[in-house]
Amino acid sequence: MSEQTQAQIDSIVKNNDVVLFMKGTLNFPQCGFSSGVAQLLQFLQIEAQDVNVLDSDELRQGIKDYSNWPTIPQLYVKGEFVGGFDIVKEMFESGEFYGMLEDKAISYKRPAASE
Amino acid sequence: MSVAQTIKDKLTAALAPSLMELENESQQHAGHYQGELTGETHFALMLVSEAFAGKTRVQRHQMVNQALKEELAGPVHALRMRLLAPDEA
Repeated sequence: MSEQTQAQIDSIVKNNDVVLFMKGTLNFPQCGFSSGVAQLLQFLQIEAQDVNVLDSDELRQGIKDYSNWPTIPQLYVKGEFVGGFDIVKEMFESGEFYGMLEDKAISYKRPAASE
Repeated sequence: MSVAQTIKDKLTAALAPSLMELENESQQHAGHYQGELTGETHFALMLVSEAFAGKTRVQRHQMVNQALKEELAGPVHALRMRLLAPDEA
């Protein structure tokens, strides 16, 4: 990965509390897995920055190298890589996702039905 | 050898699983997948291994990704994973 791409990704990840590298956008995801994470963020009303890797081959490859993670989507919270779709889904289902958000002081709205 | 068998063999060698289930989900994705339809593009994996004890979720996925590097770079488009240590299963 070029140093420029690395620096660009690093800057995005560190300057936004919640970042989703995805195929498509939060409002128009173009892959089922990206859509799954995007829907969860929207469901919990989490303010997130989306990065559409389909816009740039360099970003698409660069983000895979950045976290040694071969797939997209990739969710970052407060500069830390949380995981892809499977991990986010597991954490949400077990309730750990809320704990992580609270640890990192990310504002969200817990759905009433899950109380 | 089928892709599924290769995946199982490599994971067995790398992680010595006490339980492994690999499901081929390719049919469910045949409608939207734009690559070559080999019938072995999308899989779901459930694997229990002692090797995952004390490892984070991200680390566990990376262990599987490392073992299946060639497959994930080649014929396999998506692999859903549920990776557990024995005391979590």
